[in-house]
Amino acid sequence: MTTPSGFSPRTQAVLATQRDDAWWMAPLGTSVGLLLFIVYATWAAFQGKDFQWGPYHSPFYSPLIVLDWWPISPAFLIIWIPAGFRLTCYYFRKAYYRSLLLTPPACAVGARPQRYRGEKAFFLFQNLHRYFLYLALVFLGVHLYDLYHAFWFHNGFGVGVGTLVILFDVLFLGAYIFGCNSLRHLVGGNLNCFSCASFGHTRHNAWKITTRFNLHHRGWAWVSLVWVGFTDLYIRLLAMGMITDFRLL
Amino acid sequence: MSGNHEQMGKTVKVRVFRGEGGQGALKEHDVPVTPGMVVLDAVHHIQAADSGDLAARWNCKAGKCGSCAAEVNGKPKLMCMTRMDTLPQDQPVTIEPLQTFPHLRDLVTDVSWNFQVNKTIPPLNPKPREADGTYRMAQMDIDRVQEFHKCIECFLCQDVCHILRNHKAEDFAGPRFLVRNAALCMHPLDTEDRLPDLKDKFNLGYCNITKCCTEVCPEEIHITDNAIIPLKERLAGRFYDPLAALGRVLKGD
Repeated sequence: MTTPSGFSPRTQAVLATQRDDAWWMAPLGTSVGLLLFIVYATWAAFQGKDFQWGPYHSPFYSPLIVLDWWPISPAFLIIWIPAGFRLTCYYFRKAYYRSLLLTPPACAVGARPQRYRGEKAFFLFQNLHRYFLYLALVFLGVHLYDLYHAFWFHNGFGVGVGTLVILFDVLFLGAYIFGCNSLRHLVGGNLNCFSCASFGHTRHNAWKITTRFNLHHRGWAWVSLVWVGFTDLYIRLLAMGMITDFRLL
Repeated sequence: MSGNHEQMGKTVKVRVFRGEGGQGALKEHDVPVTPGMVVLDAVHHIQAADSGDLAARWNCKAGKCGSCAAEVNGKPKLMCMTRMDTLPQDQPVTIEPLQTFPHLRDLVTDVSWNFQVNKTIPPLNPKPREADGTYRMAQMDIDRVQEFHKCIECFLCQDVCHILRNHKAEDFAGPRFLVRNAALCMHPLDTEDRLPDLKDKFNLGYCNITKCCTEVCPEEIHITDNAIIPLKERLAGRFYDPLAALGRVLKGD
């Protein structure tokens, strides 16, 4: 396949481009957004307290696993699962390959010079994404349980602002997971002939549903990321007594 | 910005790369802008007005032949599908040849490497015909493949792909030919096992799914989400998924 003269000998230095638009805004905004979330999530996970208030439970600490011998915050027993799911997510890969690793920083902008191996060497671990998906689906079930729990106050059924915050967290997380490329493959994308397969029509419908969510995977990825952080912050501020939860019902 | 008619009738400065074999410079021309004008019209105006020897490929002027691929203000685009009123007109419009492929003259590059890669892809190897001598396919099975058949081979995706453009990886097929592989791999009639070639010959693993190919595709093919990522998932299932491997062993595959 190789032909020595296949490409132009012209080289493009990192960040060099003829583009005249503000191409740097997207990678800069993505870097800032990702780093802000990582800093907040790491800080919140290290706290080891203020993650529950009334019927609300922070998603950073759910499911809560308490082990006597575990020396640090219980968040670290579970937070690697959503972190691994997002780290290996096809959208977030694009986001940090562009904004943090500069390979490339933007389209038609010079990539970081290196001995490029793409996802054939170190980044081969990205193929674990499907396993993180399986765990994320379990997590979604746990979040659903937390949502159910958020309707039951000490005096019975009710709806607070926090209940709605947790409801949206579950909805956004679900929309993000249902658009996952690995899920899309799992439910039907791996078939060449839907009409020949067992449950082919059902799988085709499932594939079409995941495709609809997948079209907006980037949007759901960001909305769910921001909202899960906000959910933790809301419950943390309640637990610290800094804000009051309004009961709607 | 489209439909910016108050700017029509203006003269815009258009800088076109002139030269041979990669050597040359941008030459500036004054081009009157008319309603509905596209960048290819500007090139034709320059040829007609003062540079009859300006070399530029074009054919259909309808976004269907893929000939007039170039870099307009640094972005890979079809000149015939890029309206002048979508570009900032308070600064010069820059037109350069595709940067990834060897430069021949002015706006023309040698894209023949792509045709050589294409020849290395095994063609469709269909399963036997049915008893009545026909092939039958359900629409639901062929929908995905039909999207890939929209490709006009303009090679904008190959030009913008940083693996070819910056890293010059000659052992990477590039987005266009991953799309062709996807069209064959997902074809309901095809019997060829294409995954080993995708892994080792076309080096699908080089792709880090940064989606520039999708961004520049004039046919709006979802190259990354519908072709490359599904192929990556198939590769993961075949070569990098121990549970799937165990399943194949238990099933005796």
